[in-house]
Amino acid sequence: MSAEVVQPETRRAWRDPLSVVLAVVLCLPALVPLLVIAHATLSPEAEVWAHLSRYVLPEVTINTLKLVIGVALLSGIVGTLLAWLTSICEFPGRRFFDWALLLPLAIPTYVLAFVAVGFLDFAGPLQSWLREVTGSSAWVPKIRSTGGVIVVLSLALYPYVYLLARTAFLTQGRRALEAAQTLGLGRAAATWKVALPMARPWIAAGIALVCMETLADFGAVAVFNYNTFTTAIYRAWFGMFSVSAALELAGVLLLFVIAAFALERSSRAGARFVSSRDMSRQAARLQLGPAARWGAFAGAALVLALALVLPLLQLLIWSFENIGDIDSRYWGFIARSLVLAGSAAVVIVIASLALAYIERRRSTASIRVLVRLATLGYAIPGTVLAVGIAVPLVLLNNQLQNWLRAWMGESAPVLLLQSTLLAVLISYLARFLTVGFNPVESGLQRVTRNIDEAAASLGVVGGDLIRKVHVPLLRTSLATAATLVFVDVMKEMPITLITRPPGWDTLAVRVWEMTSEGEWERAALPAVAIVLVGLIPAALLTRRGAHVA
Amino acid sequence: MAVRFGVFAPVVGALVLAMGLAGCAKQPSELVVYSARNEQLIKPIFDRYSAESGEKIRFVTDDAGPLIERLNAEGANSQADILMTVDAGELWHAADLGLLQPVKSDVLEANIPESLRDPQGRWFGFSVRARTIVYSTERVKPEELSDYAALGGERWKGKLCLRTSKKVYNQSLVAMLIAEFGEPKTEEIVRGWVANLAAEPFSNDTLLMEAIAAGQCDVGLVNTYYFGRLLRDKPDLPLKLFWADQAGQGVHVNISGAGVTAHSPRSEQARKFLEWLSQPEAQAMFAGQNLEYPASLEIEPDPIVKAWGDFKRSPMNVAQAGELQAAAVKLMDRAGYR
Repeated sequence: MSAEVVQPETRRAWRDPLSVVLAVVLCLPALVPLLVIAHATLSPEAEVWAHLSRYVLPEVTINTLKLVIGVALLSGIVGTLLAWLTSICEFPGRRFFDWALLLPLAIPTYVLAFVAVGFLDFAGPLQSWLREVTGSSAWVPKIRSTGGVIVVLSLALYPYVYLLARTAFLTQGRRALEAAQTLGLGRAAATWKVALPMARPWIAAGIALVCMETLADFGAVAVFNYNTFTTAIYRAWFGMFSVSAALELAGVLLLFVIAAFALERSSRAGARFVSSRDMSRQAARLQLGPAARWGAFAGAALVLALALVLPLLQLLIWSFENIGDIDSRYWGFIARSLVLAGSAAVVIVIASLALAYIERRRSTASIRVLVRLATLGYAIPGTVLAVGIAVPLVLLNNQLQNWLRAWMGESAPVLLLQSTLLAVLISYLARFLTVGFNPVESGLQRVTRNIDEAAASLGVVGGDLIRKVHVPLLRTSLATAATLVFVDVMKEMPITLITRPPGWDTLAVRVWEMTSEGEWERAALPAVAIVLVGLIPAALLTRRGAHVA
Repeated sequence: MAVRFGVFAPVVGALVLAMGLAGCAKQPSELVVYSARNEQLIKPIFDRYSAESGEKIRFVTDDAGPLIERLNAEGANSQADILMTVDAGELWHAADLGLLQPVKSDVLEANIPESLRDPQGRWFGFSVRARTIVYSTERVKPEELSDYAALGGERWKGKLCLRTSKKVYNQSLVAMLIAEFGEPKTEEIVRGWVANLAAEPFSNDTLLMEAIAAGQCDVGLVNTYYFGRLLRDKPDLPLKLFWADQAGQGVHVNISGAGVTAHSPRSEQARKFLEWLSQPEAQAMFAGQNLEYPASLEIEPDPIVKAWGDFKRSPMNVAQAGELQAAAVKLMDRAGYR
């Protein structure tokens, strides 16, 4: 698969067309649904569209913008700040928070949303208790509000920023800060002028993931009954039975995403990152003053409590009330979740690595556009993407079947590509390629030409260069990519639902079985299982990362 | 990496091939069901049928929308025999796309009332879901309640709780109101509801009832089985059902139902299964699983359900919910019902 990528020097003659072909193949799963969407936008249904633009679009555009900007800011600040504290500074409990702050990654947004609403809404335990004790809960801010959705989504999604920013700070932060300070910059100035800009590709990649998750989110906003593009798409599709209107809305949504990316890219065009291997081992951590030390502790503890500990407690209470649902089948649900998430992580990391190398070696405009497009899959609402992949797969299968029939006649076997694990993995690739690709690309950006040249001068080229020099340099990035994909697939619902072969029920499918008829509290049990299973790789990743640093 | 990958390549290749081939199978004889009714509600039924008939059933669950798209794409190569949903509008939509075939069956026609099946026999309702008024016994007297439209009146200003208009149950209800009153009058009713809301619409019926019990509002609209489930867990909640519109059309009902797919490879077996579903024992089980009402009027509902008393069901054919659903959604958009 990646032979031509790993030994480019020796096969220059056929390298280029082949890497283009490979890039196209890797991007195809994500491109197909985009093409389906683009095609639909060409033939608008005038009547539905007139209705949408008058009664629906103004509200959802404003709501979506508020939500994305709010979540990007809040999760960006929280994630970056916490990463800064745990990787550069010293404060009480730092070693613990360092890995624990990543764990909320394992909580699906829809789960955090229903826990938050269940616990904090008017009829929930908190306000009920307040009314009993004080007679009124009127002063409690409404959880089902714009602010509420933003906070909940930020708590669920900040780990993406935290993880990537942490990687950046760990691999260059303290050393760079020291250098800046020896050059006479104060601590604040050093942070602002050196460490943050150097970490920017990672922070931006983290925030980009958060934005795309937010745009694609249906489960959480539905719990809040907060109308966004995604809910409008579902409503046009399943309420008005207008697939074309739904796809056109998806097209408008994608234009937003493309515009945002273009903006981000152009704002750091020309910047090149030419440092640095992890040399920060010896650099000392920043010692905070007493107030700042305990402020850092309190902040980290608060985020961890709100994003993980309290929700997990509430889920455990609900699970305990429905403990009768547990049976031996749960081993199967867990095993299948693990197999799907594990194999998706392997496939997607390999694909990301291949793409990142192609982009590095042959950074033509067409390849860059291709790669950008392929990573848009993450911003498409899950069900739209699921159908956008499942339907073309089915059509492909039917075509193959017809050929097979023409060739073998009636004795031809029945093809069911759409209900194989292959179909599931291809669909995951479409959705999560960007999750794997972003950290790998960011990592590769710091493996500079100088390093390659230095290695070449020592006679290390081709496969050896990659194995002996790049992979060790990229190890953290690859582990990050694999973990993110693994945990995301664990949480994924719509694609798993539509593409899974019969019998391949996972924990997320189990959550759907319960929530489809509104039994949220019974969904707590599979949700807890998702969180607990997802915690393992998240914990491994950060602990391992801690050793490296 | 290169070396390691070199070792893995054939393994991965073989695995991929095996996964692909796993999809090639001889035409199996077991029935295949695409179901939007969730696993815990249908698996016991399928198991019972398998035990009685020796016939195996394979099924895939998902929301109706994706299942219908998949069925549509699969076309003549589809392995699915039956599409099962929890709403008449979805079945109507599937039939409208030509995905279901007409079934002629004396058994089904005898057991399932006419208003709960497609006039052309492409789908049949197997349980009835009644959507009616729930109220606080502490703050509301039942005499103050009448029909759906009256919930938009002055009496319920700031006292009404509704579930989101995204839920198909509310879309069907409004569609049936359109069928009865026409669009202008229905829009007026819905505007009245929106003006009376005590809180943003809820994402599910259970949260809505808990809000009434906690005092956030006094009345709301729910499917009765949610009420049954909640009261089974918390019998002390001060909530009661009120049968809406008994002086008029009657309570709005929807169905959970099924039809035989247009390209079913086993349409005979599929028909037999649907006939079995319409018979007393299966009917009691299908509805009883979820505290719904059996479609067949001959069958008694579950004792919990029976205790809520008899009521008049709207006699309108549930197919109208599908026909008018898009109009209902647009109307709710215009009325500002989120």
